[in-house]
Amino acid sequence: MGAHPLRGAAAIAGLGITPQGKVYGTNGVGFAVDAVRLALEDAGLEKSDLDGLLVNPGLTWNDQGMGSFQLQQALGLRDLRLTATMNLGGATACAMIHQAVLAIASGMATAVACVFSDAPLKPPAPDGARKSSGAAYGFARGFEAAYGFFGVNAMYALVTSRHMHRFGTTHDQLGAVAVAQRRWAAGNPQAQLHDKPLTLDDYRASRWIVEPFHLFDCCLVSNGGLAVIVTSADRARTLRKPPVYVWGMGQGHMGGDPADSLTSGAVLAKKPAFDMAGIGLADLDVVELYDCYTFTVLVTLEDYGFCAKGEGGPFAAEAHTGPGGKLALNTGGGQLSSFYMWGMTPVSEAIIQLRGEGGARQVAKHDVALVSGNGGVLSTHSNLILSRLPS
Amino acid sequence: MSDAPARPIPVVTPEMAPFWEAAKRHQLVVQRCVACGALRFPAREVCSTCLSREVDWAPVSGRGEVFSKVVMHQANHPAFAALAPYAVVVVQLEEGARIMSNVTGCAPADVHIGMAVEVTFQPLDDTVTLPLFRPTSSKNG
Repeated sequence: MGAHPLRGAAAIAGLGITPQGKVYGTNGVGFAVDAVRLALEDAGLEKSDLDGLLVNPGLTWNDQGMGSFQLQQALGLRDLRLTATMNLGGATACAMIHQAVLAIASGMATAVACVFSDAPLKPPAPDGARKSSGAAYGFARGFEAAYGFFGVNAMYALVTSRHMHRFGTTHDQLGAVAVAQRRWAAGNPQAQLHDKPLTLDDYRASRWIVEPFHLFDCCLVSNGGLAVIVTSADRARTLRKPPVYVWGMGQGHMGGDPADSLTSGAVLAKKPAFDMAGIGLADLDVVELYDCYTFTVLVTLEDYGFCAKGEGGPFAAEAHTGPGGKLALNTGGGQLSSFYMWGMTPVSEAIIQLRGEGGARQVAKHDVALVSGNGGVLSTHSNLILSRLPS
Repeated sequence: MSDAPARPIPVVTPEMAPFWEAAKRHQLVVQRCVACGALRFPAREVCSTCLSREVDWAPVSGRGEVFSKVVMHQANHPAFAALAPYAVVVVQLEEGARIMSNVTGCAPADVHIGMAVEVTFQPLDDTVTLPLFRPTSSKNG
């Protein structure tokens, strides 16, 4: 069987990461503009070179419906041939790159910026300025609020409780994920928690958010923006940075109740991506899995087959995934320890590793990477297999 | 959680009105697809099994078991500040549908997946009576 015609046809040529975390002074659109400008500089392109713009607006964007047009106007982009505002939650980042690859392969567009940004953090208020008003609780009008059930943390915790019940997954196994990723973050100066070491005892002692989640089971909250620029492989080779070729891609969206399946869409998305890339798990050097929670990492490890179903906990607890382990996983610290740009966090770290720009955290062999994205409560899933090699 | 301060009162939406009316009579009901008989909860416009929009409400026994559980430690609403930490459960009803609730008469740490529970009712005001669950064994206690 010959190689897939789209394998290596397109490449990521530019990466822009704004300052991340408790950074203020602008809004979602502002961070998005900064990220695109940085990605253009990284690639050695002008904004007039862009003819595609795909945008995943974060929760604080005013325009969730046509955010890509809002950003086009803010950037002063003219004569685009491809645009869309996309939202598959944390699966959007890889999915935007899928659309960019397809558009480039079809000839619809030649250089596509894929962008995420958000600004949920507010600057610290002056003393005494904290507002307290019953109106702030207008959200608590639904059925679930009457039972004191609030937020995505709790939704994921319900699924995690089932995994612990069914497979015997333990708190310490979840904690092992947090500890391994914090060790990676120590080598990432862009990580919000890079100078905050974490031991398993620290994890155990951290406050509960919603059992079974401790504080350090939950991802960070970050202000910032992140953009990548996708172009054809031929053009990428003429630009400033080493190309990161798209070898494979897939999506999987299970439907139903994840508390029943305890499975992500990776079980569907895996085959198309690996078939397109023409490789297997053993060919991966770097793995960047979406980590809104420690639990998400365990499930995704299982669903890609790094371990058997239900054995994500023991796999993590055996310390396979920290620096020096057998699997280079979430090598920048992930969203638990670096910054939370939805699916763009794992995408960006894969690019950094494949280019060899990882500094203290650089993985020695860095030819091929798997990236996953996950949205909702194991509701949507997307992936990419990326390589620094053209074929 | 029978000593709870005022909980946030759910808005009685038109599609959920039959549920709240039944709860005032201390009866638990869920939606039932007229076409295929599938039970569903909370209320939804269409049956996701057969896509029929014909629906009625069916009484259920109120017996079931805890399907999943979390313990909330953050008070996201003042009504729950004095209660945290408290357990929130999803109950698998013996007829098939699932419903979110709290378990009364049981410390959060003692609520466990697989625990047999039965419905009980707590009036919040004149419009809303909230179905809660208690360990089945407490029936005779």
